[in-house]
Amino acid sequence: MIELTVNGSRHAIDADGDAPLLYVLRDHLALNGAKFGCGLGQCGACTVIVDGKAIFSCITPISVLAGRAIRTIEGLGTVERPSPLQRAFIDEQAAQCGYCIAGMIMRAQALLDANPSPSDAEIRRHMAPNLCRCGTHVRILRAIRRAAKKPAPAIKPARTRST
Amino acid sequence: MTAGLAHRLSIPALLGVILLGCAETPTTTAQTPAKPAFDAARIAKGAQLSAIGDCRVCHTADGGRDFGGGRALPTPFGTIHSTNITPDDETGIGRYTVDDFRRALHEGVARDGHRLYPVFPYDHFTRVTDDDVDALYAFVMTREPVKARAPRNHVTFPANVRPLLAAWNLLYLDDRRFTPNPAQTPEWNRGAYLVEGLAHCGACHTPRNGAGAEKKDARFAGGDAEGWEAPGLIAASPAPIEWTADALFRYLRDGFDREHGLAAGPMAPVVDGLANVPEADVRAIATYLASLPQGQRAVAASATIAAAAKREFDPVARHAPDRATEAGAHAAEDEDAGELIFAGACATCHFEGVGPPDPKPVPLALSTAVNAKRPRNALRIVVEGLHPRAGEAGAIMPGFAGALTDRQIVAVVEYMRARFSDAPRWSDVAATLSFLDKGNAP
Repeated sequence: MIELTVNGSRHAIDADGDAPLLYVLRDHLALNGAKFGCGLGQCGACTVIVDGKAIFSCITPISVLAGRAIRTIEGLGTVERPSPLQRAFIDEQAAQCGYCIAGMIMRAQALLDANPSPSDAEIRRHMAPNLCRCGTHVRILRAIRRAAKKPAPAIKPARTRST
Repeated sequence: MTAGLAHRLSIPALLGVILLGCAETPTTTAQTPAKPAFDAARIAKGAQLSAIGDCRVCHTADGGRDFGGGRALPTPFGTIHSTNITPDDETGIGRYTVDDFRRALHEGVARDGHRLYPVFPYDHFTRVTDDDVDALYAFVMTREPVKARAPRNHVTFPANVRPLLAAWNLLYLDDRRFTPNPAQTPEWNRGAYLVEGLAHCGACHTPRNGAGAEKKDARFAGGDAEGWEAPGLIAASPAPIEWTADALFRYLRDGFDREHGLAAGPMAPVVDGLANVPEADVRAIATYLASLPQGQRAVAASATIAAAAKREFDPVARHAPDRATEAGAHAAEDEDAGELIFAGACATCHFEGVGPPDPKPVPLALSTAVNAKRPRNALRIVVEGLHPRAGEAGAIMPGFAGALTDRQIVAVVEYMRARFSDAPRWSDVAATLSFLDKGNAP
C-alpha cells in the first residue's frame, strides 16, 4: 500500500511501487485528464505537478511519491468554474484535438505558480518539453501570456542569419 | 594560486616578474586600420579552424549572439566572462590588427596590453601556425559586429592581479609552435597539431595544479569542465571498452558511439562543431588520440559487450525481497528503493527489450558516466536529462529533478553503479548532489 496525496485528497493505493503515476491516476483514481502519449517522458501529455514542479507522470513510479503533493488538471477547475489558466486556454481556443492540453496546462501552471509574470523567453524555455502534434503552440503561448496578463511580444522582422 | 606560486617563487622574484610583466606589454597605439579585405577561401578555412577550436562555445553567452562573449566560465579562482570577439570597435576586437590578434593567441595579451587569463587557452594556441591564426583572424573579422560588453569578472586575490600572469607564463607557458614528428604519418601529425593546439583537448581533459596550469605529468588523466567531469582519455578513460580510432571518429563526428556513449554536457557543443569540419581532420584527431598508450584492459571488447548484455535490467526477473516481517519490509524498502525507482523511471528506456526508443541508449554497463571515478556526470544526467539542441534531432532523456527527491536520486544512482559497473561504489553521491544543487561548479 502506498498513500498518495492527489489534489489534496489522500488515497491508499494497492499497486506495485514501480507502477507509473499516470496508470494509477487513470486506472485507480479515474482521473483521466493526464494522457498517455509516448510512455517515455518525451511528449508531455502526461504532465502533472508534484511539489510545485511539472513532471512526466508516465515515467514517475509511485514509490517515489509517498507524502508528496500531486496536482492534476482536475485540481485546477471544473467545466463550470475553470481556473484562470483554463479560462485563458478556452479564450484563446488553444486546443485543436486537445490531447496534449491537460499536460500543457499543468506545465504552464507550474511556471505561473513559481513566476506569475514570466517573460516570453521564460515561457518558451519552460514549455519546451511539451509537444503538440496539431501545432497549436502559438495559441498555447498566447493563452499562457493571457493568464500571465502579458501583452503579446511585438513581431520582429526575421533576422538574417550569418554563418 | 597562492600556494602554487609561493612554492616556486620568492617575493622579490615575484615582484620582479610583475614589473617585467607590466613593462613588456605596451599598448599598440596604432590608429584603427581600415578593415582589411579577406578572400572567401581564407574565411572558409578560418571558419573550419574556428569550429575545431570551439571559439563559439565559450565566446557566446546562453541566448546571446554568436561570438558576442559574456559567457560565465567558472574557475577555482572565480567566475571569468568570455570576451566579445566580433569586430565591433568599442566592445569587440574591431581594432585588432592581425599582429594584435596573433599576440593574443600566441602570448595571451590583449591589444591594450592587459594579460588574458589562461581560461582562454593560449597555452594551447601557442602551437598554432601563424598562417592558421591569420585564417582565424579573417574569419572573426568578417563576422557581424555585436555590441556587447562582458559582465565584470569576479576573481579572487591574487588571481585578480593580471600582471601576475607574466609569472604564470614564465612558469607554465610553452610558447613553441608545433613541430611535426617525421617518424609519424602526416595524418598523425595533423591530429597531434589539432589536439595539442587549436582543439585544446587538454584544457578540460588534463587535471590542473594549484595555479590552474595543466599538469604536464598527468596529460589526459581527466579534469573538470564547467561543473562536469571531463573524463580521462584513452588509458585513463573509465570506459570498459578501449577507445579505438574508429570509435573515437564515430563519437567525435556523430556525438555517439554505441560502445561508449553520448557526448553530453560541455562535450555536446564540441562534437556539434566537429560535425561540420573536414572529415579528414576528425579522422586525424581520432588517429592521434588512439595512438597514445592504451593501458591495460583485462577483458576483450567482445567479452565486455557480452557481459554488459547479461547485466541488462530484466523487469521480469527482478528479485522479490522478503517483505514478510515489518523490519524486513523496511530494510527491503531502503535497499530496494534504488531498484524500484530504476524499474519505474529508467527501465522503460534503459533495457534491451522490444519497443521504443529506437535506437536504444548505450547499455549502462558500457557507459562512461556509470563507470567514472566520480558520480558527478551520472548525477547531472539524471537530474538535468539530455536534450538535443533546439531544432535539431538527437538523443533525449528527461531530467528527473522535479520527479525525484534528492534522496531518491542518490538511491537510483548508487543502484546503477552497483548493478552496472564493476568499479568500486561511489562513497560521495549525496555530497556531490548537494554540491551540485547549490549551483557549484568547481
